[in-house]
Amino acid sequence: MKILVCISNVPDTTSKINFTGDNKEFDKNGVQFVINPWDEYALTRAIELKEAKGGSVTVLNVGEADAEPNIRKALAIGADDAIRVNAHPKDAYFVAQQITAIAKEGGYDMILMGKESIDYNGFQVHNMVGEMMGIPSVTPAFKLDMVDDSTARLEREIEGGKEVVEVKLPFVASAQQPMCEPRIPNMRGIMTARTKPLKVVEPAGAEAKSEYVNYSKPEKKSGVKMIDAENAGEVIKLLRNEAKVL
Amino acid sequence: MSVLVFVEGLNGEIKKSSLEAATYGGQVAQAMGTSATAVAIGDVNEDALARLGEQGISKVLYDADDRLKQFVADAYVKVIAKAAQQENAKVLVFSNSNIGAAVGSKLAVRLNGSLATNVTELPKMDGGNFIVTRGVFSGKAFADVNLTSDVKIIAVKKNSTDITSNAGNTATVEKLSADLTDAEFAAAPKETVMQDTSGGVLLQEAEIVVSGGRGMKGPENWHLIEELAKELGAATACSKPVSDIGWRPHHEHVGQTGITVSPNLYIAAGISGAIQHLAGVNSSKVIVVINKDPEAPFFKAADYGIVGDALEVLPKLIEAAKALDK
Repeated sequence: MKILVCISNVPDTTSKINFTGDNKEFDKNGVQFVINPWDEYALTRAIELKEAKGGSVTVLNVGEADAEPNIRKALAIGADDAIRVNAHPKDAYFVAQQITAIAKEGGYDMILMGKESIDYNGFQVHNMVGEMMGIPSVTPAFKLDMVDDSTARLEREIEGGKEVVEVKLPFVASAQQPMCEPRIPNMRGIMTARTKPLKVVEPAGAEAKSEYVNYSKPEKKSGVKMIDAENAGEVIKLLRNEAKVL
Repeated sequence: MSVLVFVEGLNGEIKKSSLEAATYGGQVAQAMGTSATAVAIGDVNEDALARLGEQGISKVLYDADDRLKQFVADAYVKVIAKAAQQENAKVLVFSNSNIGAAVGSKLAVRLNGSLATNVTELPKMDGGNFIVTRGVFSGKAFADVNLTSDVKIIAVKKNSTDITSNAGNTATVEKLSADLTDAEFAAAPKETVMQDTSGGVLLQEAEIVVSGGRGMKGPENWHLIEELAKELGAATACSKPVSDIGWRPHHEHVGQTGITVSPNLYIAAGISGAIQHLAGVNSSKVIVVINKDPEAPFFKAADYGIVGDALEVLPKLIEAAKALDK
């Protein structure tokens, strides 16, 4: 079984988010980058399936050279090889076209990724790839198992419930918890990752369909009103009469 | 040229998040000097569809195919694409739900359109630009995005639009059939399991959320969260550590890697307010924080704060909530 796992390089979840250049660019200064946490579920589950059924796991990133430490980390966790499409990920449509170009060439049985990136929160790429390739996309999935060699059984979240879906290979799925327990690299993994192949390819011809023109941050709260714990019930009255939300 | 809104039904009624999308679509149509049409699929009754006139929808296209009562992406996409073609729709509006965003993404490919999800404000249209504001960095920032294709697709963030209701306005309801074949049902779900929400409120759609963290000291104390939620008509939620240690199910986990909520009121009991948790809740309109540590970072993001043990404070809130005129 050949599995392609798409990963994004994103600011660590504890990062303070700032912008530069007249609020037109994300400020990378002092920010540590990690593998998108949702993608870690996809990566670990892919490795578990490979260990159980045989096959290979290829990691794909659409991004610039500064993503390579986290691509190596994915190899250290257990992926076999990696591809980086050397391009700034302009928008979801652009990224989906790059993934589709790689996936068509590689003939993968399964294309997995996180349900969204924690920086741009699009929740778009997996469904776009499914549509571009003409194969099913099951998102967001929190369970993925093989029924037999050609069929997978997934459980996906819908508002207020879940759906159980069985699909034939090949398919696209996006992952979220509690699909598996994401792994961290061990020393042996880190050593072997250094020599695993990481291929850099130039992007396929594709255009973005949206332009990010400006960023802003939410307004700060004006300050907290403290209520004495002994009279805690007062807050309910304030919520009705002052904040008017009850 | 028109605006097309996709509305989702649940138990015959239209979901609140879809009424928000309909309001949004009605307002975009008005700004563009055109009309708004809705497309509805599956489990929704025709009276509810006609009432979409209250949100500014003039016509509803309804595909009553029984097979569409459950969500089947390829079939839904085909129906909406047909409606878009029939109405010559240049702007398509969805709720930013798992269904809405999924269908929107596939339609962006099929209609060669620009897509923005998680949109919080009406578009600014001038000089040929069509700029929407969307939430990015998991609630820590907003981005203004220009949608450059001829067809624009917008998935509206829940609870970011105030639903209009111009009583008495009704929409005309017309049948729509997209000639679906078995091919569109190849990836249809084998089974759909809904959580028991009897008497409860769906977290993603809730106007009030009561949430507990490790300060609740154990799952046996969750009746306090549930009781306050019941009195206020709220949904219940929890922090990541609480779902990680199994006190509460994962689908209640609110935060950067869980569910993002934006209710009118968020009450946090025994949650310290790590930056990842704040990212999932900071677009709530009013935040109440109960924590025994006066230095808890959550107080900086709160509107009202109470320093005290959640297990002692919550009963006082329940008592006060019971005394409210309902």
